[in-house]
Amino acid sequence: MAYILCFILFLVGLYGVLTKRNLIKIVIGFSIMEFSVFLFLVMIGYIDGAQAPILIEGMKNTEFVDPLPQAMVLTAIVIGLATTAMLLAIAIRIYKKYGTFDITKINNLRG
Amino acid sequence: MSKIVKTATGLLCGVVFMYGLYIITHGHLTPGGGFAGGVLVAGSFILLILAYGSDVLMLRKEETESSVTESSAILIVLILAVIGMFAGGAAFMNNYFQFGEVGELISAGVIPLYNIFIGMEVASALLTIFLAFVIYKKEVLK
Amino acid sequence: MDNLVILFVIVPLGSAFLIPIIGKFIPHFQKALSLLALLFLCTLILNYLFTGNSQCIIYKVAGWEAVENVPIGIYLVLDGLSAFLLLIINSIGFLVVFYSFSYMRKYTAENYFYTLLCLMIAGMNGVVLTGDLFNLYVFLEIAVIASYALVAFGIEKDELEASFKYQVLGGIASLLILLGISLLYWQTKTLNMADISHVISTQADSKTTLFIQIILITGFGIKGAMIPFHAWLPDAHSSAPSPISSMLSGVLIKAIGIYAIIRLFYNMFAITYEIALIITVIGTLSMVIGGLLAIGQWDLKRLLAYSSISQMGYVVIGIGMGMLILISNGDKMVASMAVAGGLFHLINHAVFKGLLFLNAGAIEYATGTRDLKQMGGLAKDMPVTSSTSMSASMAISGIPPFNGFFSKLLIIIAAIKGQYYLLAALAVLVSIITLAYFLKFQRYAFFNKTKYTGSALVKEVPFTMAFSMIVMGVLCLVLSLLIFPGIREIILSPAVEVLMETTEYSSKIIGL
Repeated sequence: MAYILCFILFLVGLYGVLTKRNLIKIVIGFSIMEFSVFLFLVMIGYIDGAQAPILIEGMKNTEFVDPLPQAMVLTAIVIGLATTAMLLAIAIRIYKKYGTFDITKINNLRG
Repeated sequence: MSKIVKTATGLLCGVVFMYGLYIITHGHLTPGGGFAGGVLVAGSFILLILAYGSDVLMLRKEETESSVTESSAILIVLILAVIGMFAGGAAFMNNYFQFGEVGELISAGVIPLYNIFIGMEVASALLTIFLAFVIYKKEVLK
Repeated sequence: MDNLVILFVIVPLGSAFLIPIIGKFIPHFQKALSLLALLFLCTLILNYLFTGNSQCIIYKVAGWEAVENVPIGIYLVLDGLSAFLLLIINSIGFLVVFYSFSYMRKYTAENYFYTLLCLMIAGMNGVVLTGDLFNLYVFLEIAVIASYALVAFGIEKDELEASFKYQVLGGIASLLILLGISLLYWQTKTLNMADISHVISTQADSKTTLFIQIILITGFGIKGAMIPFHAWLPDAHSSAPSPISSMLSGVLIKAIGIYAIIRLFYNMFAITYEIALIITVIGTLSMVIGGLLAIGQWDLKRLLAYSSISQMGYVVIGIGMGMLILISNGDKMVASMAVAGGLFHLINHAVFKGLLFLNAGAIEYATGTRDLKQMGGLAKDMPVTSSTSMSASMAISGIPPFNGFFSKLLIIIAAIKGQYYLLAALAVLVSIITLAYFLKFQRYAFFNKTKYTGSALVKEVPFTMAFSMIVMGVLCLVLSLLIFPGIREIILSPAVEVLMETTEYSSKIIGL
């Protein structure tokens, strides 16, 4: 069930990217898509009633959640940060050159 | 910014900075590590700049410095990893220090060192990005 | 050699971060370092190819050994196919760096240019070396984020717009790839490609696998600019500085798009008929539509960019046809011929399309325009550019004895032997179309009666630019030797053999 919610969130983000005209809103939509995938990744590793995968003294329950998706999601977040920063940097440069965030007015290139 | 913001920031940013350092140094024992801690450290600097403001010349100097710090930190991480090719198991990223006791602060071999330098790298990278945006806004978009 | 595999990632990565620190104080440090780094990597890979006897090297990062045949660390795998791609990446990278010495003088911030170029090469080297799926994603992102920045390097209107478009589409592709990888992890609980292949062969759930495969094809298809997903490529590749266009078109779309598709769908997933058909159809579409779109272009670099889509279609057809023949239990010789044709066209395309973009850069450097209508009669003033671009144009249109002829011939013969007559006919037809639009380029740029009437004085480009172009122009001719026995065994055959093993690859890696 929760997996389907992830998928819906992904589609929400995709909708934002495809239909919004404002560059910043496109970036926001893109981030929503990104985080839906991260959410999915974290949920893959989840096991009901299991512990965080850290060794501490006096542990009773020896069942851990899968640590690998967590490591993956951290890496993916770092990459997502770089991508978002890059997108925003380009977006404000475009604002400087064109004087607008509206993509229908930013159409030097075609075809 | 108003006096309330400035006072609150002055009180908070030290705590945020210390918490960031804690997360970085305890990366191998608790959740978190280089990246999470580095974001906090960068956040404390960003708070200060936002609350007190700064002139462009100062910001430029700071940006150059943080950019150099970033490159050097990642180079040190790379060197630490390359040393592994010659020490111990002779493999890249090999953990060649004594492991120590599980749960101690100084344990887990070379991993705390990685955490510290990655924390430095992330903090200065985020600061560089932030400063680049601020400088761009102050200089070009005026 | 075993321990040196990791150097393909470390050396460019280290140079990338040394350049901004030291480059400020020592003039020309950035150029010298990136040139030396790439020269070193070129010698390393040539050394492997000529002495390694094409043995497969498995490098376990941090020395994590497998436990009960289940790999736990990150594996780097250097086999025939990886070595083939590494040779292309590093040699083209070397020539492009040499070319950039003069070309990039008009830009500021040269340090960052070489930093980003080194980062991109580190990323691509990582992508072709790694045997771990998530690691592939990370390296892929390193390469493409560097390329986003490089496309926008000119920070003019066009560059920024192209870069934004490229980033949004590339970002969606990356997310689809990440989604595919996470679904795959969900299904198999492992990330090592060889192990995934092993686990998937024991599971019967083919519907989920098909879903994952389609997501991955879409993701890598966008990265490799196959036709339904090509919208970003003409903008991005024509807006970037010319050495970077040459790098993007010549290497990047191959290393992160085509290579990943080849590796995943030959060696990781068991070949299925649906996927083979999809890949072949996508390839055919790219080949035909890309060619048709290229004819109408008047911007030189846009013409070359569309032509890239079309030529990558040939590669994908070769690959897809190989899969189709293998799955329908056809002659294995014919399948390996199709694959060899595809891979041979891949290296040829890297050379001649790289060269053509460098030519376009040289013309832009001398005359300041990319519009074919404004050029004309440049042959007399720019003899080196003219002759090398002639060589590249003949190679890409498949005129013997240039290399493009042999690779296209291999693909067409394989298509006829495998009884895909329609594909063979289309391949010949598109080859003629290619000839048409390159004749247009040659005529309007170099042999037109109407002289170039711009303000700048037209003269031949500086030595470093001319040197790179001459080397690549000669390579266009020399590479056709690759097909002959004796030389074939060094570079081409090991790569084909890796693909012909299909999923046997996995048992070799994890040692079952």
